[in-house]
Amino acid sequence: MNFALSDEQEFLKEAARGTLSRVATVEAAREALDGAPLPDLWPAAVEAGWPGLLVSEANGGADLSPLEAMLVFEELGRVLASVPLLGHLPATFLLDRAGAADAVAPLAAGEARAAYVPARPPTDLSDDWTVDPALGLTRAPAPSFADGRVTGTVAWVPDAPGADRLVVVLDDGRAALLDAADARIEPATVYDATRSLGHVTFAAAPATLLDLEPGDTAAAWYLAQALIGAEAVGAVDVALQTSVAYAKERHTFGRAIGSYQAVKHELVEMLRGLDNARSLMYYAGWAAQDKPDEFPLAASAFRLAAGKAFDHAARAQISVHGGIGATWEHDAPLYYRRAQLSRRLLGGTAGAADRVAGELITTARAQAAA
Amino acid sequence: MDLNDTPELAEYRAKVRAWLEEHKHESPASRDDDDETVAARRRWQRRLAEGGLAAVTWPAEYGGAGLGPLHQVVVNQEIGRAGVLGIFDIIGVGMLGPTLIAHGSEEQKQRYLGPMLTADEVWCQLFSEPAAGSDLAGVQTRAKQQPDGSWRLSGQKVWTTNAQHAAFGLLLARTNPDVPKHKGLTMFVVPMDAEGVTVRPLRQISGEAHFNEVFLDDVPLAAGAEVGPVDGGWGVGLTTLMFERVTIGLGGEGFGWRADRFAHALLDDEACTRDPETRHRFGEIATEFLALRFTGYRMLTSLQRGQVPGAEGALAKVTTIRAAIAAGDLICDVLGPDGLSDERFGELVSDMPGLKSAGGTEEILRNMVGERVLGLPPEPRLDKGIPFSELRAKEKEAVA
Repeated sequence: MNFALSDEQEFLKEAARGTLSRVATVEAAREALDGAPLPDLWPAAVEAGWPGLLVSEANGGADLSPLEAMLVFEELGRVLASVPLLGHLPATFLLDRAGAADAVAPLAAGEARAAYVPARPPTDLSDDWTVDPALGLTRAPAPSFADGRVTGTVAWVPDAPGADRLVVVLDDGRAALLDAADARIEPATVYDATRSLGHVTFAAAPATLLDLEPGDTAAAWYLAQALIGAEAVGAVDVALQTSVAYAKERHTFGRAIGSYQAVKHELVEMLRGLDNARSLMYYAGWAAQDKPDEFPLAASAFRLAAGKAFDHAARAQISVHGGIGATWEHDAPLYYRRAQLSRRLLGGTAGAADRVAGELITTARAQAAA
Repeated sequence: MDLNDTPELAEYRAKVRAWLEEHKHESPASRDDDDETVAARRRWQRRLAEGGLAAVTWPAEYGGAGLGPLHQVVVNQEIGRAGVLGIFDIIGVGMLGPTLIAHGSEEQKQRYLGPMLTADEVWCQLFSEPAAGSDLAGVQTRAKQQPDGSWRLSGQKVWTTNAQHAAFGLLLARTNPDVPKHKGLTMFVVPMDAEGVTVRPLRQISGEAHFNEVFLDDVPLAAGAEVGPVDGGWGVGLTTLMFERVTIGLGGEGFGWRADRFAHALLDDEACTRDPETRHRFGEIATEFLALRFTGYRMLTSLQRGQVPGAEGALAKVTTIRAAIAAGDLICDVLGPDGLSDERFGELVSDMPGLKSAGGTEEILRNMVGERVLGLPPEPRLDKGIPFSELRAKEKEAVA
């Protein structure tokens, strides 16, 4: 048994950190809120081989596993880097699974960009494939496919603006590929300016069905859950380190504030959330490779733990810093904005909690019947 | 990432499984601690010891299997799979035995370890006192050396699991009150049938008595009863506490605190499995238990690489207790008032508030992690460098 990262995986993380350290991404995140353009990190991502990370070698990719993708996302999340991989990687994963070599090769090489138009797989309580609604709590039906055309609307699609190709998951669990130019993509909120989102409408858009195995489109959903979770892990680590450093140097009543138990215990709670999330990140990475039946449970538990840890850490970072932590000049609000938006995307962290329950109840029911 | 057994470990697992298959009918069904059940559990521990499954990580020269932490995990998993009980004296074999192996004299090891392993002699841990728990170095039980080198022991210990069944206790006592408190402590082996030892059960919220108070009234101890150096008991105790953290941190699933078991409980009420609030709460609780399982694998990977378990293990205990409390609340909300006395889950409600303080209170554990892992400064201390006797005098003055 070995439940730690390999030397190659550690190296991948370090290399990603090195790549991202060349650009002041956090500073850019702040300026983007005031309308400045974001630095274009795509060329650096291409140089690092990230667009083809999950694509097989035959199709020009690196043929790495979801865990490696998560490690890159941890580094992206650490510095709030805006690289449109949350849409791109699940899309290329599906195209590669479908053997769509012509479509996936330019995407793996980073010559073009794809976005995954997500749909949540059926649960133990509902047989429907559903999408996040533009407003409210009621989930909407995923787009439908007939006569070579896709019709429907999906809100809050990561990285849709600027994508060349779209891989859309349909209401029957299949998926289709189309040119982004054939869909209407309306850029959505910039509460976190580093997160590119779009509302996508298909009005009988011409599309090609992908030749996938049952389970592939569900796996793409859980892959996206794992990636947004990994991003949170990196952000929590930064929030913790920054807060600990401040708690050691800031003094009140003659001593460092980190010596007070009220502050110390809050910082330890950040570490506890981080540690639990990291353990589940490894679980999700391991399950993706070695135990696919458990990937829905593992990825959902990870998304939930990481999302909750991030939500807590982003708030705690502000509190530990006092008033200054809530000012525009400080980095803490940028992490807070990221946390606030992330918890509400891709089915939300609450949706992940429901999925964990559903998966375990389903297993228990099957065992009780046996 | 690889959770599969190596060929060597797979072979070991097969052997363990075969042994358990052959002997599982001998395991008692109940975990109770009445005398009759305890006798059966002790007989079962002897059988496990004979099968090499009781002290997997002890060195072979002291009767252990001389294997690593991964083998211990295989044994735990297979015991769970076979549906049999594990050893009875977890405190002895898991914590006190390893302490004796690390700090005891050769004579002590030869005398005590064998019967401990077979449960012919059960052990208890005599550390905490009514006025020394979180601040363990403040123990007041006094050991005075006599001119002939023997000792006399007086004081009171508390929260002592298995004291009523124990032949021996490992006891932390003050041997020199005139030096700062960590420096005047010594560890002793105390025969529980010695003159002046009184064990009294301590009932808790559940009405049951899982712990005892132990009174020591001028108890005579032979010369050589000390473990490790005189006045060097604090270091010996730290070894025990380190093993305690590993035992608790990796042990939650052994108590049946697992996501899948709680999922089964929810099936009692079909409607609750569709209730959004129940599902949300259960999803969050289950996630904490899953995190513990995989944190355990990370800890094991470190142990296997020869790293000493660090303070991080303390967080596993915090998560275990918090998740178990939340699970008890949820299941009793589903089952209604009868859940509070349900024999499967009522213990979660009644025992957890106390267990939150056992093996280090949550607050002390958070201090420890904050200081040792995050490097945060400690709270200012008023006892540093002050002789214990002076400290006590000051405390009395402040109260008066």
